[in-house]
Amino acid sequence: MNQLFPMKQVLGFVFSLLLTTVALAVYFLDMSFAAGMTILLVTAFIQAGLQLVVFMHAGETKDKGAIYTNVFYGLIIALVTVFGTLLAMIWDM
Amino acid sequence: MDFFDRFAVPHPSIAIYASMAAIGLTVIAVIAGLTYFKKWGYLWREWLTTVDHKRIGIMYLLSALLMLFRGGVDAIMMRAQLAVPENTLLDAQHYNEIFTTHGIVMILFMAMPFIMFFMNFVVPLQIGARDVAFPRLNALSFWLFFMGAMLFNISFVVGGSPDAGWTSYFPLAGNEFSESVGTNYYMIAIQIAGIGTLMTGINFITTILKMRAPGMTLMKMPMFTWSALIANVIIVFAFPVLAVLLAMGTLDRQFGTHFFTMDNGGMDMLWANIFWVWGHPEVYILILPAFGIYSEVISTFARRNLYGYKSMVGSMVIISLLSFLVWAHHFFTMGQGALTNSIFSITTMAIAVPTGVKIFNWLLTLRKGKIVFTTPMLYSMLFIPLFTLGGVTGVMLAMSAADYQYHNTMFLVAHFHNVIIPGVVYAMLAGLHYYWPKMFGFMLNEKIGKWTAWLLSIGFIFAFMPMYVSGLDGQARRMYTYSEASGFSLMNMISFVGAAIMAIGFVLIVYNIYYSTRYESRDISNDPWDARTLEWSTHTPVPEYNFAILPDVRSNEALWDAKKNGHVLFKGDYEKIHMPNNSGIPFIMSCIFFVWGFSFIFSLWIPVIVTTIGIFVCMALRSFEQDHGRYITVKEIEETETNLRGA
Repeated sequence: MNQLFPMKQVLGFVFSLLLTTVALAVYFLDMSFAAGMTILLVTAFIQAGLQLVVFMHAGETKDKGAIYTNVFYGLIIALVTVFGTLLAMIWDM
Repeated sequence: MDFFDRFAVPHPSIAIYASMAAIGLTVIAVIAGLTYFKKWGYLWREWLTTVDHKRIGIMYLLSALLMLFRGGVDAIMMRAQLAVPENTLLDAQHYNEIFTTHGIVMILFMAMPFIMFFMNFVVPLQIGARDVAFPRLNALSFWLFFMGAMLFNISFVVGGSPDAGWTSYFPLAGNEFSESVGTNYYMIAIQIAGIGTLMTGINFITTILKMRAPGMTLMKMPMFTWSALIANVIIVFAFPVLAVLLAMGTLDRQFGTHFFTMDNGGMDMLWANIFWVWGHPEVYILILPAFGIYSEVISTFARRNLYGYKSMVGSMVIISLLSFLVWAHHFFTMGQGALTNSIFSITTMAIAVPTGVKIFNWLLTLRKGKIVFTTPMLYSMLFIPLFTLGGVTGVMLAMSAADYQYHNTMFLVAHFHNVIIPGVVYAMLAGLHYYWPKMFGFMLNEKIGKWTAWLLSIGFIFAFMPMYVSGLDGQARRMYTYSEASGFSLMNMISFVGAAIMAIGFVLIVYNIYYSTRYESRDISNDPWDARTLEWSTHTPVPEYNFAILPDVRSNEALWDAKKNGHVLFKGDYEKIHMPNNSGIPFIMSCIFFVWGFSFIFSLWIPVIVTTIGIFVCMALRSFEQDHGRYITVKEIEETETNLRGA
């Protein structure tokens, strides 16, 4: 029975609900824009990671290395693009 | 009549009406020819529905050559207009349209399909695979690209060409300054072709990672396959940016959003910013496979293994990462601060280092080699000095302080043609000569080929070196005319002469194909160049299953091992081979995409909805289809192999 019960996925689901609640708090509680955005960004990235690892089984095959390399490469490029754009278009104008 | 007014060309001339007539007559001639020679069935069975990577590759090649001439005619018209001061051959509007379409056609519809042709034709053969990972997706990629290209090309006879430059910067490309549907064509046609390219990227990464022959580890892959892998990784990361950008542009132009407008909180320079987030990696998507071809050609004809294999791979990986870190160098003069410009200056100059490593590796491969001067080798030898010159001017442009002098002048135009023509175009032509015998079973004529290479190079020097001079003298790019007093006349006249010499070179390529088809010997071996990699180990013409027995690989030069060191490539007996079935869905779906795009461009919403449903129906059909492919029996393989061996 223990092997059949998808403990990891159920816990992942509970954790996702928790993350959603935290994100919702931004709407209901009165906080500064910066604090709200930080909470949203952090919960969003954790949620995305959870999705990839727990529900899309990213680490469970022998392609693990290729998958994680791809994810991290994508992440780096996305961050560089976003922060580079902010730098060029707003911060350093 | 009101309904049809929208399809009229806003700025007609005799040349455009003549083109309309020519296009109409060509279509009629093609349809009549196909009907008269009863070739409709053949066309449908063997080409339109094919999923064979070799045939798809050849179709990419034909489209690329076609588009080369479309873009080339644009180029000649521009040079002719600028040859003398105050020229009235073209007016400002036509000139704008022509430099816009020249850029897009050459980059997206000539250079891109050309590298797609090489990847399609060469990569599966080079890694010892029987096809790509997703053959039907591959067909869809090609047809989406093709339909995107055709949609773009009808713009100048239906509704008007885009005229805001190939970069299509807002606010110029916004509704306020570009009223005609031209820029809608830009947004939608490139979007459709771009979806196809993104699919190719995914397809080839999977193919290269998953379908290599037994024994071929990553570090034993031939260099072209490595370059294709890296280029496809860049495609997968860069093309989504383009898709989003074009969608935002479409929303701005057709749905009244304000991403790039100057009022209501829009940010017009954001277009330029995101465009180059895609645009700069795009440059490396083109040049890396070109470098891969040079690596193959140079090591084959220097009769030596490639010098510094690991550093070649390493430099490409570094280039792929750096290519995403340099985009702001395209707008140093936008007004951002010195900090941003310094960062992007340094990353840009850093790219010269891995590129330099590659140049030195090629030179060291040549050292002590037994060099054979064939046409592909001649192109590669002309590439090294000419491209290095382009690289040096690139480092000049990378200095943000100095860029204020070069920005938007002919100096810049000279620079990027100086890297793209010797870098990409020569590689494409070298590869065309190199792989022609594998595709068609005869060589292209060497004498005409060498004449072409020299003519192109001499023409290139005359066409583009003067631009460096006139650019530094202050001639801005995209100016449709200039005054006598500016003193640009001499340089522009020399440029025109150079362009004309290059045009002769390109016509010679066509003549060479015609001449070689008629007169060249069909009696060539499977390996006419005495090459080193797997694609030359199978028969010519290549059977549909590529390899009767999957090759066993021990090094990055498997065929050379087999020829010189007694390595046995093909061990074991024939087994039945699993192959994919042909399918008409990719072609039909892409045709629907064409109608969808056309309707979208003209904001005809009912056809847009109908065709959108059609696209989803095609996808659903594919999802619920039961197609497990087919098997080629051992008996059939034996027959084919005996025939091809000529026994």
